[in-house]
Amino acid sequence: MSRTVRFALNGVATALDVADRTTLADALRDGARLTGTHLGCEHGVCGACTVIVDGLAVRACLMLAVQADGADVVTVEGLAPRDGGLGALQQAFHEHHALQCGFCTPGILTTMHALLTEEPEADEARIRDVLSGNLCRCTGYLPIIAAVMAARGAYRREGVE
Amino acid sequence: MSRSNAFVGSPMPRIEDARLLTGGARFVADLARHDLLHAVIVRSPLAHGRILAVDADAARAMDGVVALFTAADIGEVPLIPIRQHGVPEGEAYRQPVIAADRVRYVGEPVAIVVAREAAVAEDAAEAVVVDIDPLPVVADTAISARDETLVFAAPTNRVTTFRARAGGADAAFAAAPYTRRARFAVQRHTASPMETRGLLAEWDGESGHLTVHGATKVPFFNRDTLATMLGLGAGDVTLIEVDVGGGFGARGEFYPEDFLIPFAARRLGARVRWLEDRREHFSAMNHAREMTAEMEIACERDGRVIGIRGTVDVDLGAYVRTNGLTTPRNVAQFVTGPYLVPHIAIDVAVHVTNKTPTGTYRGPGRYEASFFCERLFDMAARDLGVDRAEFRMMNLIPEERLPYPLAHMDGLDASWQTELDNGAYGEVMARCLETFDWAAKSRLDGRLVDGRHHGIAVGAFVEGGAGGRGETARMTITADGMVEVAVGSTSLGQGLVTILTQIAADALSLPMDRIRLVHGSTNLVSQGGGSFHSRSTVMGGSAILLAAEALLQAIGEAAPHHEAAGKVRIEDGMVAVGDARLPLDAFAGLVVERQFFNKKLTYSYGAHAAHVSVDPRTGDVAVLDYVTVDDVGRVINPLTLHGQVVGALVQGLGSTFLEEIRYDEEGQLLTGSFADYLMPTATEVPPVRAISLGLRPCPNNPIGAKGAGEGGLIPVGGVIANAVAAALADFAVEPNTLPLTPPRLWHLIEAGRRAASDTTNADDPTNAEARP
Repeated sequence: MSRTVRFALNGVATALDVADRTTLADALRDGARLTGTHLGCEHGVCGACTVIVDGLAVRACLMLAVQADGADVVTVEGLAPRDGGLGALQQAFHEHHALQCGFCTPGILTTMHALLTEEPEADEARIRDVLSGNLCRCTGYLPIIAAVMAARGAYRREGVE
Repeated sequence: MSRSNAFVGSPMPRIEDARLLTGGARFVADLARHDLLHAVIVRSPLAHGRILAVDADAARAMDGVVALFTAADIGEVPLIPIRQHGVPEGEAYRQPVIAADRVRYVGEPVAIVVAREAAVAEDAAEAVVVDIDPLPVVADTAISARDETLVFAAPTNRVTTFRARAGGADAAFAAAPYTRRARFAVQRHTASPMETRGLLAEWDGESGHLTVHGATKVPFFNRDTLATMLGLGAGDVTLIEVDVGGGFGARGEFYPEDFLIPFAARRLGARVRWLEDRREHFSAMNHAREMTAEMEIACERDGRVIGIRGTVDVDLGAYVRTNGLTTPRNVAQFVTGPYLVPHIAIDVAVHVTNKTPTGTYRGPGRYEASFFCERLFDMAARDLGVDRAEFRMMNLIPEERLPYPLAHMDGLDASWQTELDNGAYGEVMARCLETFDWAAKSRLDGRLVDGRHHGIAVGAFVEGGAGGRGETARMTITADGMVEVAVGSTSLGQGLVTILTQIAADALSLPMDRIRLVHGSTNLVSQGGGSFHSRSTVMGGSAILLAAEALLQAIGEAAPHHEAAGKVRIEDGMVAVGDARLPLDAFAGLVVERQFFNKKLTYSYGAHAAHVSVDPRTGDVAVLDYVTVDDVGRVINPLTLHGQVVGALVQGLGSTFLEEIRYDEEGQLLTGSFADYLMPTATEVPPVRAISLGLRPCPNNPIGAKGAGEGGLIPVGGVIANAVAAALADFAVEPNTLPLTPPRLWHLIEAGRRAASDTTNADDPTNAEARP
């Protein structure tokens, strides 16, 4: 069985024909050709495939594409400003060397973006706690934590506007 | 060479980052192709047995299935060559690219299914019935050593024994005033890069050319191997490196799939892609590090080490893969690390078992060897009443004794022998102790504070780098006034592009944005080594220096007044010949290629110190402080180097506390997901202070750099176990089996409590007699 799902993808109205058993991750990667959402385990453990659905960080490998019908979906491709360059969190990752191979990075960016959007005052303990749902094998996490802490200011300012 | 720039040594943010941060990277799974076919490997469900039949009729009949191949379809099944540290007796234990009549581990490839959709291929793979007549399972080295069930047609399950020797250990031990013996075990675990493996193979029937995407680590070796297996010329095969999600020693070796997927593509005249899933990865990718050891140390009464001897039994798994013998060899040779130990006798026996084959994982053999050595040192220092930091300081190899040969590998030629190059071992350890504040923290050692026992430890390491044959760099001046630099080194996520661009920019006195660095694929340079053994910065960087020199020479010869050859400079992005200035693009099309050959390895070195607290009620360990200081000869990029050290250290904490691949006695793999196989997460990472120095440039390469990707991991097991032992000294806990899980430590604490209540008279701690 296949059907059409319609959702906002990084702010753009999108329609995809998907089989019922297609995961949201596969639909984004193969259907929408947005390959920034990575599959590290497909068991819902590593967090590399995390996307933001209606403001919440979710595992795209554990969600069916049909469940996204009518939702607002943001992927790593939607985190940068439309006119190019890097978003505040991405820039902080660059400056703090918070990525090496970069495979887990999209899921960590979306997870932390969702966190800081809701909680721009998140302290280090809270950041570590939320980040603990994402595996990174290269960095040892410390530069990621530093980058997220440094990016909080940008989210606070956005919140004021 | 003039160095008007100073990118080398500066913390340049990475060139690689922007694509990786915005979803623009291209990993092998991201490549878009029309008419792509999808492959799934059918794997053995049993650890040991004879294949009676592979019933694939139902699978073949499924809608969307294009083909299904077994060993019978391949004909003569190629064996995977041993790339590194091969010995003749290892040949009999090599892995066929597909099981023909016998399976030897759970996960061994038995068939390959190709279908139009990945999901169909998976469904079809499940419909294949492999009829296997089970054989007794050789589940560990003890069973293997009995040779009752032979895993191969060879007369023994023991592949070989590596013997490392220095001085005369037996006589030295017989005469020694103090000796102590202990048994150790390191658990099976694995590199676990976040990206699983994947390959996309395309056969172009018209030109007879095979292109394989997804190469990394050693693309030139793999290209030559694949071409030979398929009966093609090396020129008929191109391996393309795309973005790679981590390697750590395990990815990029020649695995069975590196034959099977290109074979299917060629046989079908098609594009075939295989993406390993994580469960599959746990049974298919190299495991590492499983071994037991019985070691003994001999010392003078003042703490000077006389000798170390012992035997190690390595559980190699089912086959000798490409680099399966590297770890056992390293364990034999590196037990004493940076310490001056006159008498050494280490025998490392390599046993095959019915488990996934093992290979290198970051710090191969060195992590294990360091654990054995550092534990022995702490036991001896405690017995002899010598401060543990002082014990190490007195036993480090003094600078004037360098270069210093490591233990001789008996019966093996000169290529197996090595010597530590240079360094100020004592100075670096002193810096570590000072940064850590050993003197102040010593007051907490063994103390009970708020219900937790505190302990500290320090250890030292050496890290070998720059192994393998040469490396190639090719420089081309392009029409847009850039210099394209192609190297055979590969990127596994370690920041290679940035580092090599820094080196090239300095060597040519150009800004970094005038360098375009390309790497890894076999069509870029004529030959290449790759990225392993912490080699890519040293080898690729040295090749770049040679090529830059040649390019300046070539520019001079091509300049209008070519008597100026050898005297040209690049200034402000222009070629300066005397007073004349010419734009670089005036030399567009100039190409030079140079190779750097390495004769000697590099040895970076350093020291780690840790402070832990242990809850005796639960066995929970908290790492409260961790300090590393290392000397890498020359720091190219402090930012990426710091990333290497901290990343490696946290992997080491995973090795020490968490990660374990488990099998049952039938050889069934019990660890099939990240829910069973625990890796460090953000809540477990302690405060880390990592200091990297460029104290003693390496004398063996023009950059002066040393490999530096592994040292952050090497001493972690020994240092942490020693800190735990120090914390739990009241209970006489000797944590000699890894990982240090809470249940394991709790049992040791409880055993210590019982022993203390059984004997009112505690052992004399200076008793020189060996304890089991």
